[in-house]
Amino acid sequence: MYKARIARVLLTLLIVCGMSACSSIEPWVKPYERDRLADPIMFLDADPVSSAYIYHVYEAREGARGGEGTAGGGCGCN
Amino acid sequence: MKSILKRILATAALLGLGQAVHAGVLPDDRSDVLYHQYVGGGVEIDGPSILVRKSIGKSVSVSANYYVDMVSSASIDVITTASPYTEERTQYSLAADYLRGNTTMSMGYTNSTESDFDANTYNLSIAQDMFGDLTTLTLSYAYGDDTVRRSDDPNFFRDNTRQHYGVGVTQILTRNLISALNFEVITDEGFLNNPYRSVRYLDPTNPIGYSFEAELYPRTRTSTAVGVRAKYYLPYRAALEAQYRFFTDTWDIEGHTASIAYTHPWRDFIFTAKYRWHDQTGAHFFRDVFSRSEATNFRGRDKELSPLTSQTLKFSVAYEFFSNGMGFLDKGTVNFSYDHLMVDYNEFSDISTGAVLGSEPLYHLDANVFQLFVSFWY
Repeated sequence: MYKARIARVLLTLLIVCGMSACSSIEPWVKPYERDRLADPIMFLDADPVSSAYIYHVYEAREGARGGEGTAGGGCGCN
Repeated sequence: MKSILKRILATAALLGLGQAVHAGVLPDDRSDVLYHQYVGGGVEIDGPSILVRKSIGKSVSVSANYYVDMVSSASIDVITTASPYTEERTQYSLAADYLRGNTTMSMGYTNSTESDFDANTYNLSIAQDMFGDLTTLTLSYAYGDDTVRRSDDPNFFRDNTRQHYGVGVTQILTRNLISALNFEVITDEGFLNNPYRSVRYLDPTNPIGYSFEAELYPRTRTSTAVGVRAKYYLPYRAALEAQYRFFTDTWDIEGHTASIAYTHPWRDFIFTAKYRWHDQTGAHFFRDVFSRSEATNFRGRDKELSPLTSQTLKFSVAYEFFSNGMGFLDKGTVNFSYDHLMVDYNEFSDISTGAVLGSEPLYHLDANVFQLFVSFWY
């Protein structure tokens, strides 16, 4: 039951993402407008070694795990 | 204490797979040399972490990480049911990223060894930039294979397997705002409890009113975490970040985690302050004291499975040098961070006080976490 519920959520996410990929969406933030997002102070995971360490400290001291990292640092800024 | 830390460290390695993924562009060539120290609750853990990342041509980036935990433990579990110990854990990781168009494919392997626990983790992920690079979608999978042993029993071997499924989206919303959504499912199967830890139960025949017996966990666990975060660029060049995570699992732990961080650059320095709050319910088989021996099918007294509330205050500073490059170096930073962790356990008593059964105070943990590291880009 639990796994089926998770599978449904995953499937829905994939379908929505897949359908979105088929439509043409104009980027509303142009590449030349991303200078602020390219500033190091805006990086979601500026220091992966440090953040990986502190997340495992949290996971060692708490019963929860996952969901706090970044999905990928790509922001098209470089 | 020992085993849960090992399992979590293996999980951390397993979860680390998604964090190095950048679609559309390879990660920067950089090296980090970090010293970490955790002091709190009678436990001291310190050691180095060294990461080297280098691209090969325009499409491939490889990285290697060497990490050590040197543990000296006299935790509340240890001083009440066992003897203080020291041990060392060594972890090696190798990873490679392959960039093709707007797609980055990654794979990695992590090995962790210590005297009574081995962990091997294999991970794969794929990240795709879309919609004019406003969106990055990442799919990840990892498989972990652990062996649990006992230092006092050479014939004791138990296996665990772990699978991790992740979906993440990073989204640029405006020219000042970036956000991320993460969905992670982790399944464990095997020997999930600590081979050393005990639970306590009421025992009228014992003068102190209770005795101890080995804990016994379910052999499976599936957890789901959904996290969202957003970072906003303030008008005067500073950043504000907010984060929330909901967690639930088949052991009936339900958690909420929220944090807010403020980043402020000044000259060649970047200062960050952060407050993080976490609250969770306890596992269905957790009891501070059981009514009798073998009172329930599953039994645990791991304080991390108790209902608890934790708060963390963080302060970090980074100083950039060689900003205009020097030799083959593009730039470097030296960084220091300090986290103060405060945990209130709502059902886990501090039996080390020697108080009479039923009147023991609830346990509280304060821990200080220090990181000092140097990073070079080239």
